[in-house]
Amino acid sequence: MLEELYNEKKKQLLLGFLIGVGFGFLLDRGGATDFNIIVDQLLLKDFTVLKIIFTAIITGMIGLHVIVKLTPAGLQPKRCRWKPIIIGGLIFGVGFAVLGLCPGTAAGAMGTGAVHAVFGVIGMLVGAGLFASVYPHISEFMKKSDLGPVTLPEFFGVNRWWVILSLSIILTAVMYLIEMI
Amino acid sequence: MDPLSSDLWSPYVVGFGIGVLIWLGFILSNKAIGCSTAYARTAGMAERSLRGDKVKDKPYYKKFVPEIDWEWMLVLGVVIGALISSVLSGSFRIETVPHIWESTFGMNRILRFIGAFIGGLLLGFGARMAGGCTSGHGLSGTSQLSLGSWLAFLFFFIGGILTALMMYGGI
Repeated sequence: MLEELYNEKKKQLLLGFLIGVGFGFLLDRGGATDFNIIVDQLLLKDFTVLKIIFTAIITGMIGLHVIVKLTPAGLQPKRCRWKPIIIGGLIFGVGFAVLGLCPGTAAGAMGTGAVHAVFGVIGMLVGAGLFASVYPHISEFMKKSDLGPVTLPEFFGVNRWWVILSLSIILTAVMYLIEMI
Repeated sequence: MDPLSSDLWSPYVVGFGIGVLIWLGFILSNKAIGCSTAYARTAGMAERSLRGDKVKDKPYYKKFVPEIDWEWMLVLGVVIGALISSVLSGSFRIETVPHIWESTFGMNRILRFIGAFIGGLLLGFGARMAGGCTSGHGLSGTSQLSLGSWLAFLFFFIGGILTALMMYGGI
């Protein structure tokens, strides 16, 4: 039944939209569509963003590993191309601080009336287009350091539930310490 | 207080809610929530309207075909969802220069718009190089225990924290 739903293109576009509406609503309620809250997180003054992300990861990680057992949905971990991930990640980080928003929260910020976020979105389109143009020239670099779609349990050779349990404890402990400060 | 009109919810409630949306993405669509490929596809669509169909032959656009897909609709939904939330809570307002930016660089709008554009450019380029953003890697990838996503999440914040401390932190 679900497999049939996955192939219904129009229904899928509607589902993507509805999940997006929920996502945007929650991002705004958490304050994550606000430049000041994100920059204060990067300045380590306000940990709202980290609390949202850590709670979402704990919830997501436990749920997803049950869901893939019970439904036809499957995990789709991204390939670990560690060099482009580190360099691209750092470039992303610089942009994250300068725009004060990320691709998802910038879309949300536009919805809350942030005019400057519109310029950020235009910048992202240009940046993504630029990458598409540069891509053929850096394809060696993009492919070289590929470890494949490897997961933490595979990498460390341990049962996935040990990883989920350990990460849940670590992330909860970090959030607990933050609340203590 | 009525939760629909209260301005901010607990980050733990919001985080749990986002986790549930990640579940729904997998259960109903077999898809991981992410945002940055929508920008790449839109860039391709814009390029195609300017330069014609040959744009489709670019190797990157063969991987990420410039068309409206599930994730594109999700990003559109994010705009609408945040609009609904901010109108209901009364926090919707036109913002041209956010206050931390203003206290560092002054209230010149053009300077902020240029800054936002440059920040966006780096985000768009960096996300496509890293293969995802704070959603695709930071939320969905980490939840799937992907090694690369945890690495990306770490470096997004290393780059972001260092830059923010230098830009706004006076270091």
